[in-house]
Amino acid sequence: MAVKDRIPPIERDPQKRAKDFFEVSLGYDEERAVLEAQRCLQCSIPTCVKGCPVGIDIPGFIKQIAQKNFEEAYKILKDYNSLPAVCGRVCPQEIQCEGACILNKAGKPISIGNLERFAADWASKNNVEDEIQIDKNQNKKIAVIGSGPSGLTTSAELAKKGYTVDLFEVFHTPGGVLVYGIPEFRLPKDIVKKEVSFLEKLGVNIILNIPVGFAIHPQEILENYDAVFIGVGAGTPKFMNIDGTELNGVYSANEFLTRINLMKAYKFPQTDTPIKFAKKVVVIGGGNTAMDAARSALRLGAEVTIVYRRSENEMPARKEEIHHAKEEGVKFLTLTQPVRYIGRNGKLIAIECVKMKLGEPDESGRRKPIPIEGSNFIIETELAIEAIGTQSNKFLLSQFKGLELNKWGYIKADEFGRTSIPKVFAGGDIVTGAATVILAMGAGKKAAYAIDQFLK
Amino acid sequence: MKTSNLIVEKKKLAYGIHMFWIENELVANNAKAGQFVIFRIHENGERIPLTIAGVKDGTFRVIVKAVGKSTYELCRFEKGDKIIDIVGPLGQPSEIKNYGNVLVIGGGVGIATIIPIVKELKNHRNRVDVILAARNKDYFVLEEEFKEVDNLYFVTNDGSRGMKGYAHEMMEKLLKKKKYDISWAIGPSLMMKACSEVAKKYDLKIWVSLNAIMVDGTGMCGGCRVRISDELKYTCVDGPEFDGRLVDWESFNTRLIQYKEEEKLALEKYLEKVGEPTWL
Repeated sequence: MAVKDRIPPIERDPQKRAKDFFEVSLGYDEERAVLEAQRCLQCSIPTCVKGCPVGIDIPGFIKQIAQKNFEEAYKILKDYNSLPAVCGRVCPQEIQCEGACILNKAGKPISIGNLERFAADWASKNNVEDEIQIDKNQNKKIAVIGSGPSGLTTSAELAKKGYTVDLFEVFHTPGGVLVYGIPEFRLPKDIVKKEVSFLEKLGVNIILNIPVGFAIHPQEILENYDAVFIGVGAGTPKFMNIDGTELNGVYSANEFLTRINLMKAYKFPQTDTPIKFAKKVVVIGGGNTAMDAARSALRLGAEVTIVYRRSENEMPARKEEIHHAKEEGVKFLTLTQPVRYIGRNGKLIAIECVKMKLGEPDESGRRKPIPIEGSNFIIETELAIEAIGTQSNKFLLSQFKGLELNKWGYIKADEFGRTSIPKVFAGGDIVTGAATVILAMGAGKKAAYAIDQFLK
Repeated sequence: MKTSNLIVEKKKLAYGIHMFWIENELVANNAKAGQFVIFRIHENGERIPLTIAGVKDGTFRVIVKAVGKSTYELCRFEKGDKIIDIVGPLGQPSEIKNYGNVLVIGGGVGIATIIPIVKELKNHRNRVDVILAARNKDYFVLEEEFKEVDNLYFVTNDGSRGMKGYAHEMMEKLLKKKKYDISWAIGPSLMMKACSEVAKKYDLKIWVSLNAIMVDGTGMCGGCRVRISDELKYTCVDGPEFDGRLVDWESFNTRLIQYKEEEKLALEKYLEKVGEPTWL
């Protein structure tokens, strides 16, 4: 029997959506969701579950969708994952659950991400109340530092187990990378708000504007709490540090995206935080952050080119993001490496680049880019946005004496987030280096388990 | 912990220069000389970095100079109003210890900023000479808080009080006849640059406090990067104080004006809405 095709989600017209910040994908309607769910083979040994960092009962929730029991589907999801509306949107399903789906053999894995999103959105639209089950009060207090994906997950899990949780966030809005990093058109901030309000319902105390390490000393935290979870993210942007990096017009993707997402600079001057509305923008890098920055710049009215030193095959961004960026009109200039920024009166006007070719695979397994001598050329641009990765943010770590770090400057922690200090646990990007939302959530969940064990 | 962010005292010190005492014990109890806070004054507000210019009884003080839309708006806040978001203290504290002879220079609102530093230096039994520099005699804000210093010198651009000229000229005059072990200069970037050049000439270490444009203030965006010798440093987490002799002043000054057009537009639109800023 031939395998039926995947049901595509409803997406907005690329020309239209490239002009605003509303969500690109509208997901499934009920009919599509049911059709897609009915494609699931309901394997007796489901490989997809193994592909999920939080081990969701995937065939279970899909079966409920197939039978139109949408509320039941949502409840199953929520049992495993406190943020299904987020994960359905931003998880790299193609290398996780969908990548492990048996139907991959026919090139048509189940659209698990779209189904997850559907169930979560359906529940939200139909005002399904989350069942709040909190175990008996443990009379123990836990400090969670950072309200990104790992911190949100750890807090939720521990609150459900009956612990008192104080969740500290340095920004004025909770959510971490979900609010400052991922753009509105991929993850509407109302969804994050909703997930955060669920935490509040669980009794988590969310305390904003607190620079732990500065306003509260780590020693104080260690004295006042029975356990501590650190999930402060990777955070600090890297620059190529080529000539001209200090020119006006050169941004890190973190800054560009924070201005737009957290500070809503795209509405300037209705909002107070400015951003440059440029005609021409070059984004450097090939990851998801580069795609987010490029597509955001496009929405501010720019002609955008992504410059990447390897070929498209080596780009770490999700295929879907690359596809969306192209559809919307982002240009790609691969096998190209910037070597120098050129400015006039302190302002960026162009980038000198060199052409690259691919050599032998390097330690990452990807073919190493090698500059082609004498191939230098100039790209005129008003803005350059560097999206070449992040490194460990020392903001908290520099104040946290005695916490062992690895050679890259991230926190040394085992699989369960246990660090060199007995009551201190850590997870997410500050342990692994920049990774995904779901991996951070997985780490948060494991750490919550370990903290519970530790306190018992 | 009282973190009401209520303005408990507000005073206009000079035209466009306003002082606020704000209730926030987390900031007040943890602040050290040289550190700053970030304000957001309403839901559409930007993040405004301000140096902490003193603490007392669970409150801290900032001195705001009206230069653009957000600071014009902030200067309109009165006693009893509340700042919606305050985060701090941020940044590395000043390196205060017993040095011996110290020269501290404050220009414009920098006069207020140096108060905690001078105080701490005195607590560490330094001999502290202070130069206060301003446009004219009306801008010597909080002058009464410098009573403890060993020598106090005044400089005005128009000669209405003290020496006529600029801070760095007075600095050089002093350096010609006296040896200092270390110095601080805080104020407009042109003043800090000029003082740093004098310090270089006399081989004197000089701390300057850089008021770079920032977003988060926690090392997350890199917008406040500045070239120190050959290294890129982040003002928010590595600073705000750096050795002025090593700062690449040219790029620092250009980065300060990167949103000049946007700032102008925002202020114009604001003034269209509210009319004459009579409160300044």
